[in-house]
Amino acid sequence: MAPTGAGKTLAGFLPSLVALAERGPQKLKPTGLHTLYVSPLKALAVDIARNLDAPIAEMDLPVRVETRTGDTPAHKRTRQISRPPDILLTTPEQLALLIAHREATDFFSGLRCVVLDELHALVTSKRGDLLSLAMARLHRLSPGLVAIGLSATVREPDELRKYLVPQRVASAHLSPPPCGEELEVGVVQEAPERLILMDPHPCPSPQGGGENAPPMADLVTVAGGAKADLRMLDLGRALPISGHTAWHSMPAIYELIKEHRTTLVFVNTRLQAEYTFQELWRLNEDALPIAIHHGSLDAQQRRRVEAAMAAGQLRAIVCTATLDLGIDWGDVDLVVNVGAPKGASRIMQRIGRANHRMDEPSKAYLVPGNRFEMLECQAALDAVEEAAQDTPDARLGALDVLAQHVLGMACADAFDPLDLYDEIVSAAPYAGLTWESFEQVVDYVATGGYALRAYERFAKILRGPDGLWRVRDARTAQAYRMNVGTIVEAARVKVRLGRTLRGKPGTVLPKTGRVLGEIEDEFAETLTVGDTFLFAGETLRFEGLAEDECLVTRAPPDTDPAIPSYAGSKFPLSTFLAARVRALIADPFEWDRLPEQIGAYLLQQRRRSVLPGERDLLVETFPRGKRYYLTAFPFEGRLAHQTLGMLLTRRLERDGLRPLGFAANDYGIAIWMTRDIAERAALDPDFIGDLFAVDMLGDDLEAWLDESAMMKRTFRQCAVIAGLIERHHPGLKKSGRAVTISTDLIYDVLRKHQPDHLLLRAARQDAATGLLDVRRLGMMLERIQGRIIHRSLDRVSPLSVSVMLEIGRERVYGEGADEILAEAEAELLQEALS
Amino acid sequence: MAAGLRLEKTHKHPTLRLAGETLVLDLCGGLWLPEHRTLIVSDLHLEKGSSYAVRSGQFLPPYDTRETLACLHEAVVRHDPARVVALGDSFHDARGPERMEPGDRAMVAALQEGRDWVWIAGNHDAAVTEGIGGRYADALTLGGLLLRHEPSPGEAPGEIAGHLHPCGKVAMRGRAVRRRCFVTDGSRLVMPAFGAYAGGLNVRDKAIEGLFPTGFTAHLLGDGRVFAIGRAQLARD
Repeated sequence: MAPTGAGKTLAGFLPSLVALAERGPQKLKPTGLHTLYVSPLKALAVDIARNLDAPIAEMDLPVRVETRTGDTPAHKRTRQISRPPDILLTTPEQLALLIAHREATDFFSGLRCVVLDELHALVTSKRGDLLSLAMARLHRLSPGLVAIGLSATVREPDELRKYLVPQRVASAHLSPPPCGEELEVGVVQEAPERLILMDPHPCPSPQGGGENAPPMADLVTVAGGAKADLRMLDLGRALPISGHTAWHSMPAIYELIKEHRTTLVFVNTRLQAEYTFQELWRLNEDALPIAIHHGSLDAQQRRRVEAAMAAGQLRAIVCTATLDLGIDWGDVDLVVNVGAPKGASRIMQRIGRANHRMDEPSKAYLVPGNRFEMLECQAALDAVEEAAQDTPDARLGALDVLAQHVLGMACADAFDPLDLYDEIVSAAPYAGLTWESFEQVVDYVATGGYALRAYERFAKILRGPDGLWRVRDARTAQAYRMNVGTIVEAARVKVRLGRTLRGKPGTVLPKTGRVLGEIEDEFAETLTVGDTFLFAGETLRFEGLAEDECLVTRAPPDTDPAIPSYAGSKFPLSTFLAARVRALIADPFEWDRLPEQIGAYLLQQRRRSVLPGERDLLVETFPRGKRYYLTAFPFEGRLAHQTLGMLLTRRLERDGLRPLGFAANDYGIAIWMTRDIAERAALDPDFIGDLFAVDMLGDDLEAWLDESAMMKRTFRQCAVIAGLIERHHPGLKKSGRAVTISTDLIYDVLRKHQPDHLLLRAARQDAATGLLDVRRLGMMLERIQGRIIHRSLDRVSPLSVSVMLEIGRERVYGEGADEILAEAEAELLQEALS
Repeated sequence: MAAGLRLEKTHKHPTLRLAGETLVLDLCGGLWLPEHRTLIVSDLHLEKGSSYAVRSGQFLPPYDTRETLACLHEAVVRHDPARVVALGDSFHDARGPERMEPGDRAMVAALQEGRDWVWIAGNHDAAVTEGIGGRYADALTLGGLLLRHEPSPGEAPGEIAGHLHPCGKVAMRGRAVRRRCFVTDGSRLVMPAFGAYAGGLNVRDKAIEGLFPTGFTAHLLGDGRVFAIGRAQLARD
């Protein structure tokens, strides 16, 4: 029989294989591409190709399978166009390039079937937008095409069903196959405990909905699979109030690894992966083969680990989200998730990485790093027990992605704007796109979309007398190909460990050192010589940047890292899990199910302050040292809290309370100031309520967005995706700052002179859900109106301690540029006076 | 507290003495010489945005010229100079004046009205010698000061130059602030770039540090005032 996991793969391709086999030998006259498979991971496409090759060879089928990825050599790409394989395995970016190819119409004319793997992961990002547009084009090039999505279980399967079939079907181009035709397809996916199978006939759903119901693909849910054997690792002793490393649980995790064949240890951040890996090896007296896998590691190193895993040579692998998707991992019989689960669906997908045999339960442990994470783990356990999902809502298609696509379509062939509009709105994420917005996008692609018509004579696409838009020249098409894709990687620098020369302090020998990994440019930017920070499990001293490398030495033992680490978790706590954590806290009858220490902790909080109800917001104020603190616990995730912190700081500043900074984590925020906020609240009973008024999201937000570094970063990503500025290609040497034009400068000029420009709209749309999570903040403010409980305390409460401990660990965002400059100036003055 | 406030006020546009002349470092990045009623701005790089459309087909927002001119207008209103000196690289390239929008062109004419306007030749715009009003020069002497685009190597007492686009970076407690700045050692001075799209070169780069062998002070353009920062507090990129 097939190896583990191959069942799913084969199922996905079975209809295609049957059809291709029935077709008979095609040696004389190849019929062109029959089936297209799209995966979010290049490695997954390659892996699937390998898994397909074996059965095809065994059954001696006349079927040719090939992959097309960024690594495919040019001659092979050319040949694939002239002599397409029967089945092509590729990625969304490569598909975008294919449909923008001059030969696309011929190439895809015989396409019968498209398989989209890991669809649940794709649709939540701009890659999913790009793919949806490509699908719209494929449906047009090959009417009657069958689209199959393979997905883990999701909260709203209808969103995926809509994604697969043309919405707002335009009569001219799309004649959906008649309903009731025999099911052409079948397939697949490994979900944690169920499989979903989708078939694409856009029939109105029989349950009614009538004429106006959006077309949806059929849904096939593969039930079954034993219930996961999931529990929280309870050491039976008190956990710290803060911190995410779970150092206290390492010996227990090591024991679990020893007891099982192969264990996947998931963590939330790269830093945590490094730390866990080192700790496990410190304990590893039996020299078990334990490996590490995360995004900062060199790609070759990662491939080696994956190969060793597939070959069954490893006992454990410590990994980050890079392994959330995909590749079938030999015989994993245990999953350990260290730290906060963050989301119910997310944890279920991770658990699903263990044990692909349907009839045996997946076994998994949740390992909390602190007391709050214990609550979160309990909430996740409950959610898994009920199979409750919290996958994100369907996206609204991004405008920057659309701009990229429109240029691509002009590269493929001349387009009629009405036809292209019909095609684009047939993609579910763009179903709501207005004609006006579409025209703006076309105008942007042509000449930049500026009110000041400065670039007419340089237009990238031109409208001919026949009314069709064409790409200007081959150079423009080439620029499009260089820019395709939606992933904008943060520039990174290598971290190299040097050593100081004895007797010659200040001299660092870089060449002797090894590379510890990579850090984001943005983080390296903030370091100054002598700064200490935590990386790769060690406290390091920054010695300088040399030739795009960040040079460090080991800090003396017992040095506290001065610069908070950059390694925050990328995934904020899901709204769903947050609500459950709030409910757990609010209901003392539930505490019995929690480890004893948590109950005691919450009881203490109730004695010293109060425990907020499920929908309440607890705000505490208290003095400490020479400062006054405000803490609040919205439980809306770090990103929303950071935005909240920025906005509250502005308000407090205006109210004369002199805020100095703030810290945020997934559960709450702490703001500190020099004036007594409790006194102010005592004088004005509405003060705290007004502070959290919904109008915070009005002018204050606008004003802050204008200068927010995160907004600028968001704008930069949109500008790159939309082709406003050229993509920075990794590997190319960084050009000098005076040469590259900074997107920050562009942003400042654009928002002043054309605030409604397409790219600013795109950036604001991203800000609503992305780095700033404004939408979630808005929902929270609505929720808590009239439900704020303020407690003025004489000292810090147990709950507040948890977020107070983030101070110094996370970067402080409150300070303005001028405060930093003033401090540096004062140092000069002091020098002059001494 | 009161003293602190006064300090902030005096520093918004701080004053320096150089070669016997008084220089006011304007927060906008211009240099005001009250004794000569002269305003100096450097590296305007007008029409830099549109130059990208010509060279590489990138359509940057074409508003940099009007943004730069608007800032210049503010400074002119503030000081009402008898003379304005644009210290070279006023245009990003020689074809810049041709690409200028009529409105922006009119803005330049309005600024020039009733003033002596001097375009010093830079390396980007040496070929621009007519058609945009004002007079053209390679360099200019004002009292003890020599105004030219590129700083001369070696000692150059009294020289005021641009060209290098100096920027200073201050990094502390996990935050970095990078701003345009004036650089001076009390003998010579390098001006910050004034143009909206002009990039910056870190003052710790050899090209700038080399001009000041005995050290320097960078005057960084903050949000509310100009800050004097010593070399020791300035980080490399």
